[in-house]
Amino acid sequence: MVVPLTHYLTLAAILFTIGVFGIFLNRKNVIIILMSIELILLAVNVNFVAFSAYLGDLAGQVFAMFILTVAAAEAAIGLAIVVVYFRNRGSIEVEDINLMKG
Amino acid sequence: MTPHLLLFYLFATVAVAAAVMVVSARNPVHSVLFLILTFFNAAALFILIGAEFLAMVLVVVYVGAVAVLFMFVVMMLNVNFVRMRQGFLQYLPVGGLIGVILLVELILVAGTWVVADTPEAIEPRPTTAGLTNTEALGNVFYTEYFYLFQAAGVILLVAIIGAIALTLRDRGNIRRQDIGEQVHRDRASAVQLRKVKSRAGI
Repeated sequence: MVVPLTHYLTLAAILFTIGVFGIFLNRKNVIIILMSIELILLAVNVNFVAFSAYLGDLAGQVFAMFILTVAAAEAAIGLAIVVVYFRNRGSIEVEDINLMKG
Repeated sequence: MTPHLLLFYLFATVAVAAAVMVVSARNPVHSVLFLILTFFNAAALFILIGAEFLAMVLVVVYVGAVAVLFMFVVMMLNVNFVRMRQGFLQYLPVGGLIGVILLVELILVAGTWVVADTPEAIEPRPTTAGLTNTEALGNVFYTEYFYLFQAAGVILLVAIIGAIALTLRDRGNIRRQDIGEQVHRDRASAVQLRKVKSRAGI
């Protein structure tokens, strides 16, 4: 393999960091926060696939497949919650989510 | 600089740039489009490393389903996105600080990773015994990981039911077709015979 493993790990680290950074940056918009979570999961998948390819073990790719499944389910449920919340409150700002605060 | 390395740098650069645009774009629609670009480049990187099946699944599932779902929701919700941007610069320093710290830590971990020097540890074997990647994955999915595979299907089923149950609402004032009522309508309830006087009406 011509591309060293550390290249893939560094790329995954950068993508992960951008995802975390996006959560901090977009405190108000829930949709962008969900997209940042997708970025984080993508970074994890890159790590899994890179290790799977370099160690010659298919388990990593199987696990990445399951992560894809859970990510799709999470996106569907999360967006459904956003839609319901918008219907009730007319806003999707995270700061407005304080109904359950004691 | 081999073609492999060149392609890796190309796809990785575009993926990182698109990811930055996802979190910093003004318009959420642009964010979704950049998310799609990121996924396409990640799929290309997967192909580069020999995981073709996952690359195709990434394109189909993420670009075809998840990103379109995001696009639907962004366009369906009538949100004032200008107000959303307020406080953006306020969170920039602390977010940037935490991001940089995290990145440095992760790169330190990744950079000091030592792969064993033996050829079989470095030589990638995504295809086992002359099989393609898809065949090899299919072999393990339906044998070793069969129960987990079924569990993944159950997770998706739960997600479907959950999403529908959350967003379904009964609006009450909608007129729906009632087939039973239609079928049971007979002549007596539908037709009336009246004697109408001339020039008087009913």
